[in-house]
This record gives sequence, C-alpha cells and structure tokens, in this order.
Amino acid sequence: MDFRDSPDEARFRQELRSWFEANVPEKADPQAGRLDESVAREWAKKLHEAGYAGLTWPKEYGGAGAPYTHQAIFLEESARAETPEHIGVIGLGMAGPTIIAHGTPAQKEHLKGILSGEEVWCQGFSEPGSGSDLASLRTRAEDAGDHYVVNGQKVWSSFAHIADYCILLVRTDPEAPKHKGITYLLADMRAPGVEVRPLRQITGDPEFNEIFFSDVEVPKEDVLGEVNGGWQVAMTTLLHERGTLGFALTARLEVLVKKLIALAKETRPDGVRPADDPLIRDQIVRQWSDLQALRFTNYRALTGLVKTGVPGPEGSVAKLHWSEANQRLGKLALQILGPWAQLDSEDGIWNGFWQYQQLRSRGNTIEAGTSEVLRNIISERVLGLPRSR
Amino acid sequence: MDFAFSEEQEMLRSQARSYLHDRFPEERVVELAGSEEGWDPASWREMAELGWLGLSAPEASGGAGMGFLEETVLFEELGWALFPGPYFSSVALALPALQNDPGEVERLVSGASTFTLAWAEPQGLVGLQDVTEAEGAGIGTVTKASPGGQGWTLDGQKVLVPDLASAERIVVLARGDQGPGLWVVERTAAVTRSHSTMDPTRRYGTLDLSGTPASLLVEPARTKEVMRQVRLRALAALSLEAVGVAQRALDISRAYVGERKQFGKPIGSYQAVSHQVADSYMGTELARSTAYRAAWCVAEDDAEAPVAAADAKARAGENAVAVCERAIQVLGGIGFTWEHILHRLYKRAQWIDSFEGFGATQRSVVASALLG
Repeated sequence: MDFRDSPDEARFRQELRSWFEANVPEKADPQAGRLDESVAREWAKKLHEAGYAGLTWPKEYGGAGAPYTHQAIFLEESARAETPEHIGVIGLGMAGPTIIAHGTPAQKEHLKGILSGEEVWCQGFSEPGSGSDLASLRTRAEDAGDHYVVNGQKVWSSFAHIADYCILLVRTDPEAPKHKGITYLLADMRAPGVEVRPLRQITGDPEFNEIFFSDVEVPKEDVLGEVNGGWQVAMTTLLHERGTLGFALTARLEVLVKKLIALAKETRPDGVRPADDPLIRDQIVRQWSDLQALRFTNYRALTGLVKTGVPGPEGSVAKLHWSEANQRLGKLALQILGPWAQLDSEDGIWNGFWQYQQLRSRGNTIEAGTSEVLRNIISERVLGLPRSR
Repeated sequence: MDFAFSEEQEMLRSQARSYLHDRFPEERVVELAGSEEGWDPASWREMAELGWLGLSAPEASGGAGMGFLEETVLFEELGWALFPGPYFSSVALALPALQNDPGEVERLVSGASTFTLAWAEPQGLVGLQDVTEAEGAGIGTVTKASPGGQGWTLDGQKVLVPDLASAERIVVLARGDQGPGLWVVERTAAVTRSHSTMDPTRRYGTLDLSGTPASLLVEPARTKEVMRQVRLRALAALSLEAVGVAQRALDISRAYVGERKQFGKPIGSYQAVSHQVADSYMGTELARSTAYRAAWCVAEDDAEAPVAAADAKARAGENAVAVCERAIQVLGGIGFTWEHILHRLYKRAQWIDSFEGFGATQRSVVASALLG
C-alpha cells in the first residue's frame, strides 16, 4: 500500500501542472457549468496539440497508450487547475472508445476528429418513454435496403445543438425481446430530418436538448457492431466510462469544496463569517470528508482495475455517493449565504454561482443512472440480492 | 498510487480469519460476552504464538519488526469477529509506551501480560486530544508520581480505563516533579473497579492509586510524542475495527434478507429493504477507503495523519452504528432479540463511536485544519 506517486506518475503530474499553469485561460465567467462553446472548442484543440486528448487510447488510433493512472492524474490536475469544459467529452469518453472496440476501419476514421475536437458528438439514448428502462426505447429504424429510415425522439442530449454526430440507439426489430432488437448507429446530425430543440431546465438554461428524427436516412455503413446487437455495444459505452468516471466526479467535487471553503471564509454583508459558526464548520468538514471518501474509494477501485483489468465493485458507489454529496454541498452553500441565499445572477453573491450549482445538482441523482436504479444495481449485482422486478 | 495490501498482509488476514472462525465463532462470542470474565485469557497465549502481539515490536524484543499496517489488518478482522479481549488496549494504547523497555515488550509479545492505558481523570480532561493539546502532554494531569523506595509511587485516580479488569499491567499518565510522564503498575497493586458498560466485551474501569509502586517507562521529554502516537494509533485502529464490525452486520443483513420470505418472496427483493442494505454497503466501502488510507498515514507518520485519522474515526464509527441499526431493522423482530449477535455488534459500534467524543469532536479537529 502506497499513496505516493511512483516516479513516472510524479513526473507526469508535474508536467501537467506546468502545462496547465501556462495554458489554462482566465475565467471570464465564474459560473462554471454553463457551456461557452468557443472556449470549449479552443480548449479541446489545445489539449489535442499538447497530446493530452485520448490519453488511454491505443497509440495506433492517435492516443497516448497511457495507463489508467495517468488518466486519473489528468482528471485530478484538471480539477485543481479549474480547466474549462471540453467540447468533446462525449466523443472522447463514449463514442471514441466504443468505436475503437467495435468499429470498422471506415468508422475508425472518426477517431481523428474526435481527438482533435473538430468532430463534436452527442448521445441519443434516452427517450421521453424510456429513461431508466432504456431497453424499452422506441425510436424506429426501418430497413430500406442500403440504409435505415429513422423516426422517433431522443431526449436529455447535451451538445446536440452543436453536434456533428450522434451515438444513436434505435429499434430495428420490434418483434424481438426488447434487448435483442436494438441497433447502435453513428448518425450524422446534419442529415435532413434531424431537428434539435433545446430543453430548458430548472436552472433556466438549456444544457440539454430533444432530438426529433423525421424520416432520417442513416446509411448501413453507420451501424456500429451487429444489427440488433446494439445493446451489447451500448454496454461497452457505459462500462468504459465506469473505469475513471469516479475521478472525473471527484475532480468536480474538489473544485466545489474548495470554493465552498473560500465562500465560508468571506464575511457576509451582515458581518457574519460563516467559517466561525460551529454548525457550519461541522457541515463543511462532512463535505470535505465525503470528497476524501470518494477520492480514496476511486483509488481503491483503480488499484483493482490496474491489477485485474476490471474496475473493483467499490467503484459502483462513486456516482451514487457523489450525486448525493453534491446535492448536500449545494444546500450548504445556500445556508452559508444565509439571508442572501435567494438573490441570484448579478444581484447575488458570487453572481449567482451557488444558486446555479444548487439547482443544477437536483439533476445529479437522476442523470447517468438514477439513485434508485443504482441502489438496485448494488443490491442485485454487487450484493447478489434477488431482483425486484 | 497503490491501495492493495501486500501478499504478506493478505496472508496475515487469512490466518486471522481462520483462527477466529475456529476459536471464536458466533456462539462462543455470545457466550463470552455474557460471562463474568468477559473473555478467554487462554486466547492471549494463542495470539502470542501466532505472533500477533508483537507485530510492530522490534525483532530484538521478540517482535516481528513489522508495522502498524499489519496491526490494522488484525484490527479489522478482530472487529469482524467481535473478539473480546484486550488487544486494542494492549497493542493500540499501551504498546507505544512500552517500546523502549525490552522487558515490558517481551511481556506483551510472549503473551505473559495483558496491558491497558490509563490517561483520563475525573476533573474533566478525558480525551487523548485534551491531554496532549497546547503546551504539552498531561495537561491537567493530577495523578502524582513520587520517587521513593525502589522506584516510584503513584497517587490519584484514573477513570474510563478500557479493559481495566482484564489488563494485568497498566500504563499510567502521571505527573512527576519534572512534568508528565508514563509509568507502569501491576493491577493487583492498585484498587480497581470495573463498570457496567453498554459493550460488555470492552468494559471501562476506575483505577485508584495510593502509594502504588510504579516503574518509569517514558520520561517527560518524550511523553508528548508518545501520547501523540497513542492517539493516532487509537483512532486508526478503531476505524479499522469499526469497518470490520460494519462488514459483519452487513454480511448478516445480506444473508438474512436473501433468505427470509414474506408475502411469497425473499424480503431482499423489496426495494425498501434492499436499498437499506445497499446504503450499508456504500457506507462501509467509503469508510473502508478512508480507514485504510488513515492507517497508511499513521504507519508512515505522514503529515496528513492527524486529519486522516480523525476523519476516518468519525466516518467509520458513525457508519458502523448506522449499518448495525439498519441490520436490526431489516432483520425485523429477530434482530431485536438478546440471543442474536447483532446487538453485541451494535454496542461495539457504539463504544467505538463514543471514544474520543463521537464524530463531532473528530470533525472539529479537521475543521481547525481546514478553516483555521
């Protein structure tokens, strides 16, 4: 057991720190989480030029072929440097690895654009009628010879409004059992019949979108993996994410805990310094403790991943724990703001940063697997308890 | 960045599980917990033979020359088995004071004596944190050490001494004219009272010293450092023990809800039940990660050790209590009976949680580090 970096890890970490110091742009808007498209594109380009895009991708596809520990270090240091959002998160984290695993040589041509950030991807999985029960999806793809004709609707798709391509799950065989009639398409978002509509959420901004497909033609060359074998391909997408997801979440939480501590140390307009209040101090420590527990559980799961190639079961708690901790953090921040908790935007302390965080966090326990489903997964797959349905 | 235990440490863990499974199965633990003595003294020699009492003691004194990390493997397994006996008191609390006295180390390592540490006094300074704060060790220590006869004598009263009834030799924090130091006394030379404790496998006692002969173990110049080590070891050891206790309660929960049927189905298929068990799993894994890391920090004497140990103790103690409470709940009526082992795990969890002031006290230590 050793928590110190190996010489190689220490070298990589130091190299990253220096590079971030020299290259992270000044933050114009302190409100993290609202996508600034031009900043995100520029950042993707810079990272790619420096060789930091696709760290764990095999070298033959333009990646660095680096170990998972490097990806974990990259995510940690990105948090500490408060780097901007990356325009290609879905490409790098979801589409790319899935194409590497299942793609034809022609499909692998996408990988260059994903790495450089020039090709922006979005996800087309959830539907209004298929959220937690994703396999019940109904977006239909009719076989029309050399192409499919797609009709249906996808929901909760971030980046769809600027995306070039979509990893799209469609039903190709309505007669088959639900998991066996799904196909995974690499759909062109610029094709005729694709319409994107923003979805406004409780924070007021449209981070997500609906995508409407009306007789959209998708060539059969764009089928990833086997026809009707899309569910297994989708599992690759989700499984790959799980390897280092915990580190990305820890990174985000670390930034917020630091900011929370900074906020608490400020003196409010009414003269109160929340960091002096024993009740607030106890709550802040609980937040910090939640961050540490998440961090070290990720390390433990990573040790398992490095040794066995499979993430440890303890990793299954990462998203569940993070989402609830993040919600507690948002509420604590508003408590720290006290009487000023209601004032947001330019009229608020920190320009409404915390009001945004708190509202946005209500979605954390719903997206990427609801807490209810995650608890089912822990009960059934990790603890071996009988299925509830 | 490597979270794994070494092969030797994993072998020690297997050895521990094997021994505890054979010698301290559930029925035996329940029987001992209800007995007058509260434990089986024969197990002390057995543990000595296994090398467990001297894991971190120097080889020159008959120890294994290993470290605290090996001891924490045992703390976790002993917690899981709910082992009743003064391992924590001897190895976590007393051993740091014995280190420089080969005779005392040998007594421990050979299994000849059991030990504990007496630091708290009735005037109000009961925490290890309290007695090592500010200018030095022994703040507020009134128990007096006087030179005399063949060595020293001690006068005063110590309260809340863990495992006092089963400890043959007691390390005492007392004040000589050069300042606070650590002495050792034979229990039979003093007056002791054992108290009814919620966890009867780790009873607290009161120690009355009146001209009691004592030998000096640690002189004032080194006492603060030794007490600092004691506090860190105690917090880390209890964190690991709490993880073991929580895991046992979780294992019991999981087995029961998978088997017990009501309304035609195993109750574990009802989400109101299974989700509680899932929460126990999550809480225990988070506590485990924090506890292992704290153990490493303490073993390496890392700068982060005080904060890591405080955080781990708060989290692991509270988690063990919560897991036991959920276990009693999902076991239904049977979890509430005296005969079932659950309440004994629960009471151990509560003992751990209450040591050094519950989670809030430990969090205030972390708050000072984070917020000033």
